[in-house]
Amino acid sequence: MISRIPVTSARSLPEAYALLEKPPPGLRVLAGGTDLMVQLQARVGLERIGHVLDIWGLRELRFVDRAEGLLRLGALATYGDLRDSPLVRERLPALAELSREVGARAIQSRGTLGGNVCNASPAGDTLPLLIAAGASFVVGGPRGERRIAADQFFVAYRRTALAPDELFLRAELPELAPHERLVYRKVGTRRAQSISRTLLALRGGALGGRLAGVRVAAGGVAPVPLRCRLAEAALEGRPVDALAVAAARAALEGEIRPISDLRGSADYRREVTGNLLARLLPELAG
Amino acid sequence: MIELVLDVNGAERSARVPPLRRLLDVLREEFGLTGTKEGCGEGECGACSVLLDGELVNACLVPACQAQGAKVVTVEGLARPDGTPSTLQRLFLERGAAQCGICTPGMLLAAQRFIDLGATPTDEAVREALAGNLCRCTGYSKIVEAVIEAAREARR
Amino acid sequence: MVIPAPPGKMGPVPLPAPELLVGQSPPRLDGLDKLLGRARYLDDLTFEGQLWGRTVRSTVAHARIVLIDFDPSYDWSGVTRVTARDIPGENVVQLIDDDQPCLAWDVIRHFDEPVALLACADREKLEEALRHVRVEVEPLPAVLDPAASTQVFKHYRYEREAGRLAEAFARAHRVVEGSYRVRHQEQLYLEPNAVCAVPRADGGILLHGSMQCPFYVQRALKRLLALDDERVAVVQTVTGGGFGGKEEYPSMIACHAALLARAAGRPVKIVYGRGEDLASTTKRHPGVVSHRTAVAADGTLLGGEIDVLFDGGAYSTLSPVVLSRGAIHAPGAYRWPACRVDARAVATNTPPNGAFRGFGAPQTLFAVELHMDRIARELGLDPLDLRRRNALRPGDRTATGQELRESVSALEVLEAVAERSGWASGRAQPKGDGPKRRGLGLSLVLHGAGFTGSGEVKLKARAGVELTPTGCRVLAASTEIGQGTITIFAQLVADALGLPLGAIEVAAPDTSRVPDSGPTVASRTCMVVGGTLEGAARALHRRLAAYAAEVYGGDAERIACVGGTFREGARAIATFEEVARRQLADRGPLVIVEQYSHPPGIEWDDDEFRGDAYPVYAWAATAVEVEVDLDSYETRVLRVVTAQDVGKAIHPLLCVGQIEGGTVQALGYALMEEVVHRDGRVANDRLQSYLIPTALDAPPIETILVENRYPHGPRGAKGVGELPMDGPAPAVAAAVLDATGALVPELPITPDRLRAALKLGAAPTASLGETPLGAAE
Repeated sequence: MISRIPVTSARSLPEAYALLEKPPPGLRVLAGGTDLMVQLQARVGLERIGHVLDIWGLRELRFVDRAEGLLRLGALATYGDLRDSPLVRERLPALAELSREVGARAIQSRGTLGGNVCNASPAGDTLPLLIAAGASFVVGGPRGERRIAADQFFVAYRRTALAPDELFLRAELPELAPHERLVYRKVGTRRAQSISRTLLALRGGALGGRLAGVRVAAGGVAPVPLRCRLAEAALEGRPVDALAVAAARAALEGEIRPISDLRGSADYRREVTGNLLARLLPELAG
Repeated sequence: MIELVLDVNGAERSARVPPLRRLLDVLREEFGLTGTKEGCGEGECGACSVLLDGELVNACLVPACQAQGAKVVTVEGLARPDGTPSTLQRLFLERGAAQCGICTPGMLLAAQRFIDLGATPTDEAVREALAGNLCRCTGYSKIVEAVIEAAREARR
Repeated sequence: MVIPAPPGKMGPVPLPAPELLVGQSPPRLDGLDKLLGRARYLDDLTFEGQLWGRTVRSTVAHARIVLIDFDPSYDWSGVTRVTARDIPGENVVQLIDDDQPCLAWDVIRHFDEPVALLACADREKLEEALRHVRVEVEPLPAVLDPAASTQVFKHYRYEREAGRLAEAFARAHRVVEGSYRVRHQEQLYLEPNAVCAVPRADGGILLHGSMQCPFYVQRALKRLLALDDERVAVVQTVTGGGFGGKEEYPSMIACHAALLARAAGRPVKIVYGRGEDLASTTKRHPGVVSHRTAVAADGTLLGGEIDVLFDGGAYSTLSPVVLSRGAIHAPGAYRWPACRVDARAVATNTPPNGAFRGFGAPQTLFAVELHMDRIARELGLDPLDLRRRNALRPGDRTATGQELRESVSALEVLEAVAERSGWASGRAQPKGDGPKRRGLGLSLVLHGAGFTGSGEVKLKARAGVELTPTGCRVLAASTEIGQGTITIFAQLVADALGLPLGAIEVAAPDTSRVPDSGPTVASRTCMVVGGTLEGAARALHRRLAAYAAEVYGGDAERIACVGGTFREGARAIATFEEVARRQLADRGPLVIVEQYSHPPGIEWDDDEFRGDAYPVYAWAATAVEVEVDLDSYETRVLRVVTAQDVGKAIHPLLCVGQIEGGTVQALGYALMEEVVHRDGRVANDRLQSYLIPTALDAPPIETILVENRYPHGPRGAKGVGELPMDGPAPAVAAAVLDATGALVPELPITPDRLRAALKLGAAPTASLGETPLGAAE
C-alpha cells in the first residue's frame, strides 16, 4: 500500500547520505516524481518499493554552471531549467532545444536531468545527447564521489552503474571547440508529450574538410541508450561525402538493435535512424 | 504521515496525509477543491494542472511531501476577488474555449502560466504552452484564440 | 402532471419573434460554472456513507469459468462481494440483442470482461482485495480475426438497379478495385466513466452518473434488478465528454454499482481509472471495406459493389445499428446508377465495439472517399472534378432509393472548399524534392441526421416545457455532454416564447422527472428533440396567448409575446411573468409535452432496406494540406478548410466548436489513434501509448458554415454532431497520396504504414494484419 511506504525527505546531502550508509531494502530515490509517481499510480512493482528517499529538497543539486571548460548540470536541474538557462542556450543550444521537446511544460517543471539519467529508459530523451556530448556523471554517497563516463553508465536494460548507496549528483559536459557542433533529432510519436521512436545525437566537427572527434549516440533503438562506435569509426577522418555517409549508415544500422513495439517496427527504426544520420552529418561539417 | 501545510489560493490549509499522497487527492479530498480534475493519473493529459510556487505542474505527479510549505493556485483561485471571472476565464467563455469542461481548469492554469511569463503570444508559442493539456472537444483553436487575446490584454 | 399537447392545430404558427436568439452565440449556459471550477462532475460529489466499487475482470479472451475464488485466507471484512449469482433479475445489459451479461457467469468471451464486483470504503484495501480474487478457467480457442469469425451479428445486403450491375461492369472503361482498412478508435472523453448508485428505502435505486442516455441506463437497471419504473431513477450528472462512448457502456457500470449498493446497503461509487476505461469500454468498430467500381472514361460512376466487414467484438451491443449506418453511408455522397452493398458485423473474442461519433459512417466513408482518389489517379482525373461529376444533386436517389428533395448541398460545400483551399493552385504546386513533401487532398461526405431507418418512428421521442413564474423549464432526457445541448434548447424555446435566454431553465435529465426524448446520439438532439421542444414551446405560447385573451381581452390569434411582454399589435397586454403567475395561480401547473413524428412522406422499409434512410442529410467537404517527412515518414497536417451544411446553425460558436473538435478527433483517427490488441487484450491502455492530438498537432481550421435550411428542422437545422468526424481522415489520406504518390489504404497512417506503402511502390493492399483477408484486392 502506498500509504505505508516510508519516506525520508532529505534536506541536505549529508542527510541523504546518512540514509545511504545502510540503504533500506527496496530503496527508491524520488526526484521530480514524473516517473515514480506514474509507477505508484499504476501499482507496478509496488511490492518492491520498501523505502523512498525524497531528494527534491536538495537545493544544492539544482544548478547549471560552468567550471574549467565544463558545463555542469545538477541532478535536480529540471528540463525547464535546461530549456531556459542562458548558459545552456549559449553553450549547448541542442540541450536546451531537446529539453523543450520533453513532455510538455508541466513535465518540464518537474522532470529532472538526474531522474532521466537514473530512470535509464532506453528512450530517455536526454541520454543520447549526453553520451554524444561526451558527458561524465559524478555520483556520490557515504563512500565518496566518483566519475563515470556517460557511455559507461547504462549497463543493461534500465540498469545503471550506480551502487545502491550512491546518488547521481551532476553531469559534466565538455564545451564544444569552435569547429564542433552538437546536433540531434528526435522522432517522437507526436509533436508534444511524446516518447521517442528514435533519437539520434551527434557531436563533432570538420577540420581541414575531414570529420574529427565524431561521437554518435542513439536512443530508442537498443536496450540502453547506445553509443554507436562503429558509426563513429566509419566517420573519423573522412570527408562528409556520400561514401562516408553510406559507410557510417551501414555501420550504424548494424550496431543498433531496435525492437518492434507500439511506437514502431524494428525495420522502421533502423532505417529512420540511418536517415537521421545522413540528414544530420552535413550539419557537423558546418 | 506528515503534517502538510500549504497556501492554496491565498489561504493556509493543512492536512495529515501519507507523504506519497498525490497533491491532486489532497486538493480534492482533503480540501474539497474539486475544480482540479483527474483525467489519466500519469501526467499525460494535464487535467490536474495547477501552479505550484508559480510553476505549472501535474498535481497527479506531485507527492504531498514535495508540496510542503508551497503556494498552490487552482482553478478556484483564478477568479477576481469578488468571484467574477478573470479576463482569461471570460475570454474562454466568449470564444467557446470550454465544452465538456474537464480539461478547462488545467487548461486555464497552463494558459495563466503562459500569460504570467509575458512571452509574445504567437499561435505556435501558445500551442506549445498548452501542449501538455489534452482537449478532446474543441480541436484547440478556440482555446488558442482565447489565450492569445488574454495574453494581449495582459501585456497592454 | 403532464398534459399532452392539444390535438389538431399543429400547423406552422407564425413565430412571435424571429431570430432573436437563434443564430446568435450567447455564452453557453453551463460555461461559467465550468470556468470557475464549480461544475460538479460525478467524482466531485460525495455521498453519505459511500463505498468505492471495483470490477474483477477476466484475464483471458475466451474461457469457461470453473470457479470464482475469493481467497479464504484473506480478511474480507468491510468488503462487499458480488457475482452473477447475486443478480435479482436477468443477468443482461439491455440493449438490442441482449446478449451481453452484466457479469460473466459460465463463459468469458473477451479479455477484461466483468466477472465479479467488490466494494469497500477504503480504496487501498479495495485494491488489495482485488488481488485476492482468482478466476479459475478452462481456456477455449479465441477468435481474434474477424475474417475468421463464423458468428455473424448482422448481415445487410441491399441493391439499387442490381440488374444493371453486370451491364455496368461489362461496358465500363475501367473497373477499379480497392480494399480499405480501419482500426479501433477510442472516444477518449476526458472524464473517465463514473457512476454512483444510491440504494433507496423502498428497495429501489437512485443512480447518478456521467452518461449520454439516462433512459438506457434506467431500462437496464429495471431488468437487471427486476424493479418497476417507480423504483429506478437515473440522473445524469455534469458529463465530461461522451462522443458515443457514454451511450451504452454506462448501463453496464450502473448495473455494477447498483448490485454493489444493494448488497452493501450503502451508496457505491465506481470511477474508472483511465487504464480500465481504455481496456474495457467500447471502441469504434474496426473493419475492412472493399470496393469494385465500374467507371466511364470521363469518370462517371456506372456501378459499384461494396463489401463491408465490421468487427463487433464479443457481444453484439450496438453493432446491428452501427452496421446499418455504415452500410447506408458506404456509397458516399455519389450517384450510383447501379450498386450493391453487402455488409456484415461479426463476433470476435475482443471487448465489444460500440457507439462512437459517426457510428459506422467514418469507416465506410473513408473507404469510398479514398477509393474516389484511387479512381481519379487511375483515370488521370482531378479528384475534385471526379467528385463534381458524381456528387448527388437535388432530385437524385441514394443507393437505398431515397429521393433527395431538400437541403442537398454536395456541390455547394465542394465548391466552397475548392475555392477557399486554393485547390487548383495547391494541387499544381511542386511537392518538393527534399525530405519534406507537401500535398493537398479533399473529401466529400454526407451524414444522415437522426436515427437510421425507422428508429425515430419506433422511439416516439417526447420532450416538453413546463411553465414557471418567470419563464419555462425545458424537460428532456437529452444530455449536455459538452456539445451545447442545453444552450441551444434554451435558445429555441426562448425564441418560440418571445423570452430572453435567462427566462429559460433546463431541467437536469432525471428519468423520474423528464419525458424520454431518446438517447443523445445520432446527430438527433437539435433536429429531433430541439424541433419537438420548439413545438411544445409554441403550444405553450398558444395556451398563454389564449389565456391572456381570456383574462385581459383581445384576440388570442393575434396576441404574441415579444421581448417578455404579451402584445396584440402595438398594444402591450401584460408581461409574460404576470400572465404566467396568474395562469399558475388560476389553473395550476402547466406542462406541455409533445411527441416527435417524421415529416410526411418519409418512408423506410426495414425488411427490404429501402427508402428514406434519414429524413435529411448534412453535407461536408474538407480539404487538408499535409507535409510528409520522408526521413521519418511522419505526416503533419498544416491546415484544414472545411465547408459544412448543417441546415441552420442555432448557435454558430457552438456549431463551429463541434466542427473543429470533430475535425481534430478525425485527424487523430487519420494519423495516430489506434487501439492495439495483443492476444485479445488492449495493449495500449494508457494515455502514454494511446495518443490523441495535442494543441501542437492540431492545425488551424477554417470552417465555412453553409446554411441550406431543412424545412422540417427547428429553424432549418439538421445535425452537426457526427458530420465533422467523417471527412478529414480520407482527405488526409488523399493529401498523403498527393504528396508522395503512395496510397495508404489503412488508418491510421502511421509512419510505419506510410513507409510500407512507399516501399511497395504501387498502390498497396490492405490486409487484415497477421491474417490476410480473402476479400482484399
